[in-house]
Amino acid sequence: MGKPNVVVSAKKNTGNSNPNRIVGFLQKWGLPAVLLGPFLILITIFFIAPVVLIVILAFTNMDSSMVWDLNGLLNFKKMASDPNLSEIMLNTVFYVTLTLSLNIFLGLSLALLTTYFIKQESVGLIIRTIWMLPRISPPVVYILLWLWFFDPSEYGVLNSLRMIFDMPPANFLADQPMTAIVLANGLIGASYGMIIFSAAIKSIPGDLFMAARVDGAAERSIIFDIIIPAVKWPLMFVTLWQLLSLLTSYEYILLLTKGGPLFETEVLALYSYHKAFQSFEYGYGSAVALVLVVIALICTFIFWRIFGMDKMIKSSRIE
Amino acid sequence: MKTQKSRLPSMTAYVVLGIITLPIILMYIWLLLNSFTTQMKYGVIPTNLTLDNWQFIWSDVVINGTEMPSIWTATLNSFLFAGSLTILELIIGVMAGYALSRLNFPGRQGLLKTTMLLHAFPSVALLIAVFYILNFLGLFDSLWGVILVKTALQIPMTAWIIKGFFDDVSWDVEWAGLIDGCTRFKVWYTIVIPLIKPGIAAVAIFAFLAGWSEFLLLYTFILSDENITLAAYLQKLMSNPNVINYGLLSAVSIFYMIPVLLFFIFTQKSLMQVNATGGKGV
Repeated sequence: MGKPNVVVSAKKNTGNSNPNRIVGFLQKWGLPAVLLGPFLILITIFFIAPVVLIVILAFTNMDSSMVWDLNGLLNFKKMASDPNLSEIMLNTVFYVTLTLSLNIFLGLSLALLTTYFIKQESVGLIIRTIWMLPRISPPVVYILLWLWFFDPSEYGVLNSLRMIFDMPPANFLADQPMTAIVLANGLIGASYGMIIFSAAIKSIPGDLFMAARVDGAAERSIIFDIIIPAVKWPLMFVTLWQLLSLLTSYEYILLLTKGGPLFETEVLALYSYHKAFQSFEYGYGSAVALVLVVIALICTFIFWRIFGMDKMIKSSRIE
Repeated sequence: MKTQKSRLPSMTAYVVLGIITLPIILMYIWLLLNSFTTQMKYGVIPTNLTLDNWQFIWSDVVINGTEMPSIWTATLNSFLFAGSLTILELIIGVMAGYALSRLNFPGRQGLLKTTMLLHAFPSVALLIAVFYILNFLGLFDSLWGVILVKTALQIPMTAWIIKGFFDDVSWDVEWAGLIDGCTRFKVWYTIVIPLIKPGIAAVAIFAFLAGWSEFLLLYTFILSDENITLAAYLQKLMSNPNVINYGLLSAVSIFYMIPVLLFFIFTQKSLMQVNATGGKGV
């Protein structure tokens, strides 16, 4: 099977002065194959194959017995009549919108404050570094801090503060679970926007600001007419990117509230996880995951149409 | 007079930043202080200092009569996990990054696009299928299985970043080496790789930290106590509803965070850069 290939590829290589066809073949195919081999094998087994599998699994009734049992569209019909799903969908929309707004608002404010309003480079850097702490902390440690913050006993931060004002201790995590997960995720996400926006603001040529000042521009018009237009593209990039990751990630919710109490903080991605790894309904879990993947793919497609392949590569190399 | 006018917004900026940044600093300071006390006044002021919370280092923790696995098993496993992940990611990433950046082969454009797509793909949504594959390969509940999965999930991004480093190396450098009689492999190994060493070091740190902090995959695919990692150890302590001992929890957290803090302090600058290139988490 390989032989005709050898001839063809060697013929293409005739410009190459090497007379030995096998060496020519190796030069053309050998090096890329060796260098890319492990990479291709890994992404095939743990990326491409799972994508195919999840599509097939979504149409089966697989449970912990791991038996393939095709059941057509039953999972999707079940989804349509799932009593919890409407609440979960609503939660997802709430969670993603609120967290995203907090992310972008905090990220942009931090970037503006640390790069534009504070003229000392070192102070800005220190503050940005502190804001990186939640991001580099392991998720379990970060969530521990929040658990302590919201602790229902009088030792929690929030309840200690309430005690000072003579208020009874409250179980915040049970009463306001959505606020809790939005806050926890919002603070982490803020640092991502902060870094990208800071870089964008720093890359604005300094003479623009000077020219604006000479012309007597107010602080407000400098922000809205110079800075905001300059960060327009990074802003869209961060928004879409965060939207994509917020839709599909659930690690912090799983650690902080486990989706509870009841279904109050259960989002779609977490629901798929719970269905699969808690109730062992792999088929149904896959169907929910498939819906997510499709939504995420549409987001990615919009992403590409707006930014284009090259721009996206460039923006991911911002320093 | 002019300086007066321009000082006002910057003063406001300091105040606002101070107010929103202080809680973050305070929380981490609390973590440190709380690990050395038995009781906190008002939840924040340490009263009697003690080393009791750090007992887990020399004796195993017993909760409700059940003994937790040794912290050193967890530490060793965490090192094994993060270390293997780093090495695998670097070797595979450097090889693939070089091929993607420098070699001409059929399907190169397609592969570039696929890598880009995978970089943005919601990999956590695939966990169910990954579980099936691990089960099929007999790698469920094994650290090596999770190492392979984590490597595969990270490798599209790593290969991209390393490809970028190779793109920055001038072709002239390679041609000069070839003219002087090196083979292509020797040029790669002795000339090109040293040129991108700083970049590779940054990627290595990032990979190690990602492995060290990993929770979800380990929590989902590892069950047995002998394969426990620090993240799972801490989670196990946290999820015990009967005794929430914040002293012990914060001591274990500090212990767990030591490598992260060390890396952070010494490599803060390059870490911030790499993070900006592809932080995938929220």
